[in-house]
Order: sequence, then structure tokens, then C-alpha cells
Amino acid sequence: MTSGDLAGMYQQVILEHSREKHGFGLHSEADASSHQLNPTCGDELTMQLHLDGDVVRSISWEGAGCSISMASASLLHDLVPGLTIAELHARIGLFRELMHSKGAGVDDDEPLGDAVVLEGVSKYMARVKCAMLAWVALEADLAQLAK
Amino acid sequence: MSHPAGTTELTGSLTDDEVLVLRRDFPALNQQVHGNDLVYLDSGATSQKPLRVLDAERLFYEHDNSAVHRGAHTLAANATELFENARATVARFVGARDNEIVWTANATEGLNLIAYGFSNASLGRGGADATRFALQSGDEILTTEGEHHANLVPWQELAARTGATLRYIPVNDDGTLRMDEAERLITSRTKIVTFTHVSNVTGVINPVKTLVRLAHAVGAFVVLDACQSAPHRTLDLAALDVDFAVSSGHKMLAPTGIGVLYGRAELLDALPPFLTGGSMITTVTMESSGYLPAPQRFEAGTQKVSQAIALAAAVDYLSSVGMDRIERWESELGARLVDGFAAIPGVRVLGPGSGVHRAGLASVDVDGVHAHDVGQFLDDRGIAVRVGHHCAQPLHRRFGVTASTRASAYLYNTTSDVDAAIDAMASVRSFFGVSS
Ligand SMILES: Cc1ncc(COP(=O)(O)O)c(C=O)c1O
Repeated sequence: MTSGDLAGMYQQVILEHSREKHGFGLHSEADASSHQLNPTCGDELTMQLHLDGDVVRSISWEGAGCSISMASASLLHDLVPGLTIAELHARIGLFRELMHSKGAGVDDDEPLGDAVVLEGVSKYMARVKCAMLAWVALEADLAQLAK
Repeated sequence: MSHPAGTTELTGSLTDDEVLVLRRDFPALNQQVHGNDLVYLDSGATSQKPLRVLDAERLFYEHDNSAVHRGAHTLAANATELFENARATVARFVGARDNEIVWTANATEGLNLIAYGFSNASLGRGGADATRFALQSGDEILTTEGEHHANLVPWQELAARTGATLRYIPVNDDGTLRMDEAERLITSRTKIVTFTHVSNVTGVINPVKTLVRLAHAVGAFVVLDACQSAPHRTLDLAALDVDFAVSSGHKMLAPTGIGVLYGRAELLDALPPFLTGGSMITTVTMESSGYLPAPQRFEAGTQKVSQAIALAAAVDYLSSVGMDRIERWESELGARLVDGFAAIPGVRVLGPGSGVHRAGLASVDVDGVHAHDVGQFLDDRGIAVRVGHHCAQPLHRRFGVTASTRASAYLYNTTSDVDAAIDAMASVRSFFGVSS
């Protein structure tokens, strides 16, 4: 009864991440921190970035929202340790491209690691902003560093 | 042209069979979504439109299109007549006189029109007649915790501009108003009491007459948000004795872009205008202008002519089905929704539970599953519901949630539509892995 598209968006890995929320819980200090609100649905997320020099040590986050926004933050948490700031910028750009691909995917999605499971979201225009929430927050952190 | 079912026998409720017939008048309902027949349960947000309404708008453009209240040619005269007849039709439908009905874009604009009228009076505009609307520090505006943002934000702004204080009647755990608090809060300082007739989140029907009595006893004006009542039940604004009321056409089978503001004639003629410009003036000099009486003084600029005519066609359609029957049918559907949802483990109905009279809608919180995911799951089965805060963040905060899932019925919904939503809701938690 459930369509393939729906099952494709809500894969088991995604539902697991939405419950487990890797990286959930804010630290007392961070190199950058930003808060994102999606006013149409009320999803909220605070994203902290922790660096060693110009290499990402980790991110930590807190928020409330749908399974897609929570899973996306959890997957992002697993992706970023060890990336340089330039690499992180590129990953965020690639993920955005994937989300706007309307189900077509991107040529080389390898750099996105497990986060490629979110590809199914790109068929649902209304949900792309849910998947982007954590990534946009992290992008805002990077913009702060640049200042 | 098609005719809605049951035009001969207007007592009692509708039946599924009658609904299946009148549904043929609504082309948008006849389609598939993700391979399933569309089950449209989002009429609280906006309704679908019958052919008769679509035809009325098209026929106007095919035959009578012209500027109203301007020019002497035949088409202009025809258009003006249709436009003013539409006003008379809508006035009758809500128990008002013709000159008490002002066209607006939607309810939101209507509420802003009232708030800006008070605001302009507070600045001294409108002369001696308008001083009754002037607000100052020490005055109070009273709203409720259960309002749509449209009936909250304009009053926050009015309070900020005038120095008046905005207060609110809190709600009980089931979303009904704390009437003990209403009695305490309505005092000689209260100048405006504004509240929704029917909640767009809980389906609670507020006690209009009691609130009007309390407000009028202290000389306060009453503003009624009739967005969720005018489309669904017989409304007699004169009998309810409210001073102002607003509604949106798109929620009652009409197109977007047309709404209605009601005001008691004596008040509308005294309230300073909100939007100003052409069509609302008497004499204009380079220094100043005189304004027409209501309703024209509030209808500046080229008007929403085809939409007003279509709204009149919509209320004719509703009247031919019978508003009392529609109300009864929707209250049966509402009760069925609530009973069905409330019986599902992990699903909490926001607002009154089973057995309490309510409008034909229900909002739920599903334990462990966000409203957007619930809505996506239902959409996959072709079921259209609203997810989010439904423009009522304070009420959701009061219920301890940020978002909910709302199913809202209208005259074209059957009991099987409601059952489809209940069945789907019963599968949500297992799909998302939060129950076995
Ligand atoms: C109770 C209530 N008030 C006001 C509004 C605002 O209506 P509109 O957006 O058409 O101006 C709505 C519609 O969502 C509503 O349900």
C-alpha cells in the first residue's frame, strides 16, 4: 500500500538516525554556533562547530523537527570529522545539489557518505528544506568563521 | 449547470449518497494522488470550488466585464449591478444589511482594516464621530489564547501604536475558553474584545453570546473572526449582536482574493478608512478629501468584482444545500474523526474529546512522529491534511507541541473519507517504527 517513493524517502537508516540523533546535545563552548528556524513548520535547530585548526573535530546540535530534519543532522554529524573547512564547504554544496536534483541524484555522491540515503527526499519539493536545515545551520557557522 | 443534491428536503443532515452526488460539482475532488483517489480533508485551510462558482466567474468575464461604480456605458452598469447584487446576497447569508458588508481580500485584511481604523481614530482622524474608537495608554484590547495569528498580530501592532495593553483569555486543557478569566478580564478598561467563533485547531465553538454580553456591559466593541463558522453553519450576525466580523471567501467555496468585513452600519460610517484613494471619496482638493459612507469608504481602488460575484454564487450553492444540514453533517463527521483518532494508541486529540459538540475538524499529536511525517504518510495514500502550527503558535505552545496534524471536513466529504484518514492514522506509528 505504501508507494516506492515514500519508502525511498523513509529508509530504515533514516528512521534510525532520526531516533538516535548522533551528535545531539550542545557543548558549553564552540568555535561557531548558529540557530535556524523554519517558520513554516516550526522546525528548529542549533548547530555548533568544533575545530582543530582549520580541520573539523566535530559538530554538536540540538533541535526539534520532523524525522527528515533530525536524521539529516545526525548523518551530517557522522560525515564531517576530519574535513577541512574548504572540504566542508564543498560537501554542503554537493548536498544542496543532490537535494535539488528532483530524484535524479548527482554524478559523484561518494563524498557525501551515508548522507546519500537522503536522495529520496529530493522527489518531495516540500521536504527539501527539512533535509537542508542542519546543513544551512552549519553553513551559517562557517560564515561566522569567515568574519 | 449542475445542481447540488437534496434541494427539496432541507431538514436533517446530509447522507453519504447525497454527498456523492454533490461531489460531482467539484472537479478538483475527482483526481488521483499517488495512485489513490484524493481524500481532501484540508478545507479548514481552503475549500474546493464547485462548477457553479467557476462558471459565475467565467461568465462575468465573458459577458459583463467592466469597471464598477465608474462610467455610464451598459457593461459598466451591468457589472455594477452584479457586484452590488453579490453584496446583497452575501449580506442576507450572514444576517446583515447591504451597507454593512465591505469587500476585502480576505479575513486578514478585514482584521487589519478594523485595527487600522481604530489606529487612525487614535491619531485624531475621523473627527468627533470617531473618538469612540480612539485608544490610549490604560485602554485594553482583549483577545484569546486560541486565535489564528490573523486575529492576534494586528492587535499586537495596534497596542504598540496606541499604547493600549493587549490581554488574552487563556484556554483550558481542552481548548475551551476560561470563562472565569473572561469575566475577570473584561473591565471598564476593555475597549475591544476579539475572538474566533470556531477554532481552526480544536473545532471548539466559542460562546459568542456570553462574550458579547460581557463586552457590551462595559461598552467594549466585539470583533468576531467568523472564518471557520461562516462556511459551515448558519450565521446571523445581527442576532449574535457582534459589532464587527470577518470571513474569507476561499474557505467557503469561493475563489481566493475575496473576503468579507461586517460592521454595524452606524459604526462603519464612523470608522476612519484604512486604504485610501479612488472610489472611496466625495470631494477631493489638493489639500484634503471627503469620504463616502460605508461600504464604499473602505473600498479604495479597483475592486474584486469577479471574485465578489463568484462568492455570491458560492453562498447560493451553500444555501441551496442548506446551512443547517451542512452543519449537522459536519458535526457527525467531526465526531467520527475524534472518536476514530482518540481510539488509536499514541494519538492525542487536541481539544475536546469524544462526545463534546465540535466543528467538523480534529487536530492530533502523534507520539514519537512529527506532524510533517504524519502528513507525508497520509499524502502517500492520497489523503490531504494540514500539518504544522496552523497559524496558531500560542495555542500549540499551550498544548505543549510545536505542530499538529489537522483533518478538516466540508459538505463534500463522506464518512469513508473520514474512515480513510482514521485507518491511515492507525498505521503511522508502526510505519515510523515507534510502536510494534
Ligand atoms: C480562524 C481563522 N482566522 C483567520 C484566518 C485567516 O484567513 P485568511 O488567511 O484567508 O485571511 C483563518 C484561515 O486560515 C482562520 O482559520
